[in-house]
Amino acid sequence: MTLTWYLVLAAILFTIGAVGVLVRRNAIVVFMCVELMLNSVNLTLVTFARAHGTVDGQIMAFFVMVVAAAEVVVGLAIIMSIYRTRRSASVDDANLLKY
Amino acid sequence: MPADGLLAASWLLIALPLAGAAVLLLGGRRTDRWGHLLGTATVVASFVIGLLCTFQLAGLEEKSVGVDLFTFISAGSLDVRAGLLYDPLSAVFVLLITGVGSLIHIYSIGYMAHDPGRRRFFAYLNLFIAAMLLLVLGNSFVALYVGWEGVGLASYLLIAFWYTRPAAATAAKKAFIMNRVGDVGLTLAIFLMFSQLGTTSYSGVFGSVGTLAGGTVTALGLLLLLGACGKSGQFPLQAWLPDAMEGPTPVSALIHAATMVTAGVYLIVRSQFIFEYTSDARLAVAIIGTITLLMGAWIGCAKDDIKKVLAGSTMSQIGYMILAAGLGVFGYAFAIFHLLMHGFFKANMFLGAGSVMHGTNDDVNMRHYGALRKAMPVTFITFAMGYLAIIGFPGFDGFWSKDKIIETALSQNLTLGLCALLGAGVTGFYMTRLMLLTFFTKERWEPDVHPHESPKVMTVPLMVLAALSLLGGLVLLNDWIVTFLSPVTGEAPHEDPPLPALAISAIAVIVVAIGVALAWFLVGKREVSRTAPEKVSVFTAAGRNDLYGDAFNDLVIVEPGKSFTGGLAAFDRGTVDGGFEGTGRALSGLSGALRLAQNGFVRSYALSLLAGAALVLLALVVVNLA
Repeated sequence: MTLTWYLVLAAILFTIGAVGVLVRRNAIVVFMCVELMLNSVNLTLVTFARAHGTVDGQIMAFFVMVVAAAEVVVGLAIIMSIYRTRRSASVDDANLLKY
Repeated sequence: MPADGLLAASWLLIALPLAGAAVLLLGGRRTDRWGHLLGTATVVASFVIGLLCTFQLAGLEEKSVGVDLFTFISAGSLDVRAGLLYDPLSAVFVLLITGVGSLIHIYSIGYMAHDPGRRRFFAYLNLFIAAMLLLVLGNSFVALYVGWEGVGLASYLLIAFWYTRPAAATAAKKAFIMNRVGDVGLTLAIFLMFSQLGTTSYSGVFGSVGTLAGGTVTALGLLLLLGACGKSGQFPLQAWLPDAMEGPTPVSALIHAATMVTAGVYLIVRSQFIFEYTSDARLAVAIIGTITLLMGAWIGCAKDDIKKVLAGSTMSQIGYMILAAGLGVFGYAFAIFHLLMHGFFKANMFLGAGSVMHGTNDDVNMRHYGALRKAMPVTFITFAMGYLAIIGFPGFDGFWSKDKIIETALSQNLTLGLCALLGAGVTGFYMTRLMLLTFFTKERWEPDVHPHESPKVMTVPLMVLAALSLLGGLVLLNDWIVTFLSPVTGEAPHEDPPLPALAISAIAVIVVAIGVALAWFLVGKREVSRTAPEKVSVFTAAGRNDLYGDAFNDLVIVEPGKSFTGGLAAFDRGTVDGGFEGTGRALSGLSGALRLAQNGFVRSYALSLLAGAALVLLALVVVNLA
């Protein structure tokens, strides 16, 4: 078994996520892309944990999941409140905090 | 030698008027009712003490008494003790200051009777007397300096006594600033003494000045001369003196004629042990005196303001004293002699001018006077005594003292002597002009002016001063005063003058007579117009403008100074401020450009994050490969 397939898959997932964050305007989609990047990292962590025969990576992956769950709660709440006031979920419309 | 008896208490001379000034200034309006009496009493008391002290001094073997008071400054090797020195020179000055000062205080009671600020006036006069006494009694240059600045302050306060008049306020500032220029010279001289000799006391400097290099002594002499020029209204610092006449007339009489302006003469005579070592500085003193005596006489000829004529004549007479002081050991005693005589007759004439102004609603223009001798007989007679004294009419004060100066100048330096002789002739001219315009010729009074004689409190001091103008010279005949002063001024070696003394006196009298006759033909015999003629010769125009002293100062000092400060201000604005503000502006411009990155678009921040991460990765790769 080679690590390569897992790592390439993780890289592909990360790239899709990153490109999604950069090019999409819909806040929900951007949010899902962030989740995709987080999970690609989780995949990498688990892969290396398996390869090295330790559980460090798996523990880190759990931490990432917990943080991601908390982030989802806060992030979705923000998106909801922005949508309620602006009737828009576009990240480009929420640009008041600037120079 | 240390003092005993009354001389040990000679500090009272200074303390009494000082206490008077303090009471009057701190007491405020509560002292309004009796303030002038207290002010006069302190000065009269000082005069009595001074008289007794002088009698005691005259009876002593060694005519120099020191009174050690307290440590004034003690810092490192600098140790200045405050002490007084009572010797013939200071005794003469103490009697002049307190004597003439007392008379002028008494006169001022009447002259200032209707002025709401009379108490303040007497407070300042007392302050002046105290400072002037400290100036002449101090036993070191530092003590002299304290008094020197004190009289400068009192002079400023008194010129600006009517401070609501812009002319008075300006004149006071001018006097103060021009005096500062001279004071810088005196200050530097004191610094030089301390750095070179380590002492500033008269006895200390006297003992060690001979060890200095010739150039240093000359520098010392010239710096002292600069100080004397500032205080005594001598060329080139003469421009403040005519303007100082903005003060009340008793001030002009006491400060700007009889006492304070003679402090420069005192300084030079007191420092004679320095000037004895430097003939260059002595020559400079004599030349400055000669220039000023001619300038003052010139100005006196052209003015129509009675006080300004007297101011010009004051400059001129002090020029004579400075000239005499510049003649070295031959002249010191005569400088002091003339100073004393001048104190009498000039105070007399200034107070007489004040009396005339008192009777003519404070008009100072002589073209509005005329024929006042009938309206003010006492003022006329007393003024005439002063007039005869200043022109040197045989028997009067000026005859004895000015002749001695001319005689000495002729035998020491023919050019200066002839200039002094010429000055005497011009003095005869302008003083006769003043007499004719004021007391003779036709009435040219203003319609609402009714000249009247002044009250007794003013005329009695005039009578005393007139008597002194007549008798002062006889009583103090130069032989006596020269002997009295000789412990300080030294004994002049006997020299035969180029002509017998009697012949020189005769020549001087003839020159003065020519001046008087000229005035009679040019002023007395002609119709005097009530307005000053517009078309005048360049000489008259120059005299009316104080020989363009102000224009000269403007051109040489004020304008270059303005240009210089203008340049400095431009440099400050352009280079210094520009550097700081430019840096600030550049930084704020840069941050303005950087700020644009904060555009509020989340996705652009994300791109920056990605780019940053990529950059870090790239760096790691590069480092690992290397």
